[in-house]
Amino acid sequence: MKIYFQIIWTFIKVGALTFGGGYAMLPVLQRETIEKRGWITEEEAMNYYAVSQVMPGIIMVNTSAFIGHKLKGKFGAALAGISAVIPSLIIIVAIASVLSGFSELEAIQHAFAGVRVCVIVLIINSLEKLWKNAVVDRITLIICACIFSASLFTKVSPVILVICSALLGVLTLSFGGKKR
Amino acid sequence: MRLLYLFWEFLKIGAFNFGGGMATLPFLYDMSDRTGWFSYKQIADMLAVAESTPGPIGINMATYTGFTVAGIPGSLVATAAAILPGMVMVLIVCKMLEKFQNSKYVEAVFYALRPASVGLIAAAGAIVVSITLINIGAYKESGLIYELFNYKAILLAILIWILSRFWKFTKKLHPVFFIFISAALGILLNLAY
Repeated sequence: MKIYFQIIWTFIKVGALTFGGGYAMLPVLQRETIEKRGWITEEEAMNYYAVSQVMPGIIMVNTSAFIGHKLKGKFGAALAGISAVIPSLIIIVAIASVLSGFSELEAIQHAFAGVRVCVIVLIINSLEKLWKNAVVDRITLIICACIFSASLFTKVSPVILVICSALLGVLTLSFGGKKR
Repeated sequence: MRLLYLFWEFLKIGAFNFGGGMATLPFLYDMSDRTGWFSYKQIADMLAVAESTPGPIGINMATYTGFTVAGIPGSLVATAAAILPGMVMVLIVCKMLEKFQNSKYVEAVFYALRPASVGLIAAAGAIVVSITLINIGAYKESGLIYELFNYKAILLAILIWILSRFWKFTKKLHPVFFIFISAALGILLNLAY
């Protein structure tokens, strides 16, 4: 029973502390599900995140559902996904009904400018840990560098980039790039 | 009737929205044209709030649009519809992964996907860096090199980096601690420009 409450509380925190795009969930996700609970490994987190990129829907919700599924099957997936959107529901409804003009407040704009800077730094820290588990040899280094440049300098959709990498992964089998 | 329509529209958004909350915008403009339930101006306002509150932008947009159209029931219906297709896909993918768990192909695919993810996240991070730490607009206008950098933001970034990565008394603290400190310092430093 306790695990269900842990799932709910953990993903409420992940939802409440994600500021910005899907990647912004990583520092809190890493802290809560890998370091604190030991529910998944860094490698699994990257697997789920990668698959969520090519799936329809919201990256953060899908990644949460994957972790919930690993813990408690279908019910766990639903619980984790729903918990992750509860903070949004409460905060947006509160703002829309009583706090109109909230986002125009000068203090709020300054506070969020600060939070954006913080999120960058936390993501750099997260990336450092993820790098160690993902970039393990020359092939993975090349994949990482190519996807980084393609994503930054071209308009190719991430969906295409992820699918190309998956195909590359299968190709590595044929020329024996992967020995594990 | 409104709720049913909301559910259907956000189900489509959830099913065809690959990558990022911004991708919901064309759907919302289209919905505004056809129903007149909200204006383009309202969409812009909703986006401003969705971007400056916690939670994924896509979910915040669904919740806010639903609320604008049909109150609290509307926000619940729109959010549920937006996450449903993704959740169903997760269950299907998990089923498939269980079946092919020990397949060397699945292993090989993930072996390549992990560095790809790191690359994508790093690129997203680089874009946010260029927006928050560097002020290209001001530089282009004045041509002065010292206007290119947003010094306050860079100093804050260095401070948070030291606290969260190196200083032994603070580096083990929860990310929320650094988020709150940065929000407070953002206000103190008048960080937004």
